[in-house]
Amino acid sequence: MPTTWDVLVIGGGVAGLSAVIAARRLGAAARLIESAPLALRGGNARHARNFRIAHAEPQFFAPGAYTEHEFLSELVRTTGGGTDVDLARSLIADTTDVVDWLAGNGVVLQNPAIGAIPFSRRTAFLLGGGKAMINALYETAEKIGVVIRYDSEAMVLGQNGAGLWEVEIRKGAATERVRAQTVVAASGGPGLRAEGLILRGGAYSDGAWMQRLIEAGARTIGDPASGHMVAVDARGPRVDGGIVTRITALPYGLVVDRDAFAVESPGAGSGRTHYARWGARIAQCPEGLAFLILDAEGLSRAPPSALAPVRAATPAGLAEALGLDGAALARAVEGAKKLAGPPFFAFPMRAGLTFVHFGLAVDGSMRVKMRDGRIFPTLFAAGMIMAANILPRGYLAGLGVTLSVVSGRRAGEAAARHALA
Amino acid sequence: MPSPDLAREAERVLRICAACMYCDGLCPVFPALTGKHEHSGAEKIYLANLCHNCRACWHDCQYAPPHPFAVNVPATLAALRRESYADHVWPGALGRGFRRPALGAGIFVGVALAVMLMVLAPHGSWAALHRARPGPGSFYAVAPLGLMMGLAGASAGWAVLSLVISTRRFWRAISGEARLRLSPRALMLAAADIVTLRHLDGGGPGCNETGPRFSQRRRIFHQIMVAGFVLLVAATLAAAFFQHFLGVMPPFAPMSLPVVLGVAGGVAVVVGAAGLLAIEAKPEREPSERGETRLNLVFLVMIEIVVLSGLALLLWRDTAAMGPLLALHLGLVTGFFAAVPASKALHAPFRAAAILRSAAERLSRRRREARNAATFE
Repeated sequence: MPTTWDVLVIGGGVAGLSAVIAARRLGAAARLIESAPLALRGGNARHARNFRIAHAEPQFFAPGAYTEHEFLSELVRTTGGGTDVDLARSLIADTTDVVDWLAGNGVVLQNPAIGAIPFSRRTAFLLGGGKAMINALYETAEKIGVVIRYDSEAMVLGQNGAGLWEVEIRKGAATERVRAQTVVAASGGPGLRAEGLILRGGAYSDGAWMQRLIEAGARTIGDPASGHMVAVDARGPRVDGGIVTRITALPYGLVVDRDAFAVESPGAGSGRTHYARWGARIAQCPEGLAFLILDAEGLSRAPPSALAPVRAATPAGLAEALGLDGAALARAVEGAKKLAGPPFFAFPMRAGLTFVHFGLAVDGSMRVKMRDGRIFPTLFAAGMIMAANILPRGYLAGLGVTLSVVSGRRAGEAAARHALA
Repeated sequence: MPSPDLAREAERVLRICAACMYCDGLCPVFPALTGKHEHSGAEKIYLANLCHNCRACWHDCQYAPPHPFAVNVPATLAALRRESYADHVWPGALGRGFRRPALGAGIFVGVALAVMLMVLAPHGSWAALHRARPGPGSFYAVAPLGLMMGLAGASAGWAVLSLVISTRRFWRAISGEARLRLSPRALMLAAADIVTLRHLDGGGPGCNETGPRFSQRRRIFHQIMVAGFVLLVAATLAAAFFQHFLGVMPPFAPMSLPVVLGVAGGVAVVVGAAGLLAIEAKPEREPSERGETRLNLVFLVMIEIVVLSGLALLLWRDTAAMGPLLALHLGLVTGFFAAVPASKALHAPFRAAAILRSAAERLSRRRREARNAATFE
């Protein structure tokens, strides 16, 4: 093994994998550090399903067309003009060959004619979902000679006199110093600690490495207090619940808080954006807790969710099962014209955080900017750690994986070129 | 009935799958969950038998252990599948064979020994069997034609009768609430899925029998074995034709149709079953269900023994070993058919029934969609 790596990639999600594969394909000696164990590798991409790509003509994986211009204007709209338009435009241009690149690295897409996926002109679906993609990319990385370490966390970063990075990596009780010409930070976005909040992504993407880079002088972008949140089942796991604990049937029923007061969410209709509005609204409820009450008709309209609803014949019975005040819930149910009658069903809910609109500022080559206005020439950032450059607010379906691939690939190639020059 | 624990676990897992649906491109099991909050017992055993155990969904599962949801679809459905064999097999007493595979193996060995003794008895001793002379008609000197026909006919008839009744019981269970329309097109579609073993392709790239890497090995070896079995049936029919209509007595000449078909079929079965055994002998532990693995191993070993004994007979039929080998082969064939109803053989018609229901539902969904599209135009 080399004493000095050309490219050291920190984080084994789809951004890190894209970076390390791209760097290795240019001939760089590349090493990947993943903090999760093998079984939980891959960051939040494990929970991904589809990814957004621009395409000018119908493709086998996506019908119709979705132009780069349309992609960009939707991004500008959803971020209220907050996106870095030049960077976004150039990254969106890169999305046109993401499908070919992924397929060339072993990732299989789903034929839309097979299965039950919704019609989607904007996104391509991964056969078997994000974990299948992750498995394929790890296999490719190993095959082409990337050295991979699991259960390994990068702790301390420093530069020696020769300008080489010295990174301390901890695996269990053992510590190892790794020297590298370039470092790609692809360790995911920051976490957000708030009372009652559930993290939809994995426990290993905790933002600790990003915090260390900020302490080392990296400039940040976005708002650390703003995140994309949706309603999730409060009975689900505190982290890593992914897609299946999401509660989406809120428009079909009554939402009450811990005191059994009806909760309204202004502007949360039944459109596509209602999920995020409800997430933020529930986060503001006392203890961050709310309950969705449905009648049989409402439940039949709800898509299946991982945990069966609480069921009772009367509002009083439901209140008892949920630990709510019976009289107050009865009043709320009566006041809500939405509920026809027994039996009643309920889902306890909390806000589930998808990602935070906060990260490291980067330039067009994914090099990390410094607070003093300079640029780290050999430190790159890719994936959700730099997503706030593109997505300082709002969300577009399937953008996480796309952004991770295009930024990862660009960072990996730039790092390799720098190291090999 | 499946144990309450197993039924509860299956309900829990399928609920999570219905909420996730990331695997809907892998095989027809997942699309069948679309929009369903609950799954009846019949629905569950239908899905369990529709599953071909390719394990793609295990490797692709974001909720597989060590995730706290600990979703394990292949092992859960395998356990349900085994219960469905036990619950629908006729006669019901054979159900034990699917909870303890020793029963199938026991029938195989017991009947084989009994038949060998039956063949041996008139000769008095093994030594006497050795003295049987090679040449035309020599087989019938070892065991009279009537005895051979009787044993083969009775055991094969028993196997077919049991499989037919068991499958009818299973079909009634899974088709009862579904209100299916079995058109010729549905039958064609199902036949194509069976011949190509399409549902072992993991949605395209193949099975995951030994890890995240895809492979088509199981599919290929299985169909080599099935093709071999078909050739062996053809060889048997050809032999009967030669004897009854052409008056040629076995053993037949090396280049005769029955022998050529028999050798090709025998070799194919031995190779196919060996390939499957190699995969089955070291399965990935977590997504495998031990009971099913044992059933598979017992069945495959039975097949290998029977077919190897036939090839051995062919190879040494002109030597003094012919008599004992014929007795052995006759015993093993009879034992095999006797044990078939309590063996993994049941998976073939059960899975075919599940595939047929899936094909019929796929067609009616397509018809519905076409009708809706027409309404909107």
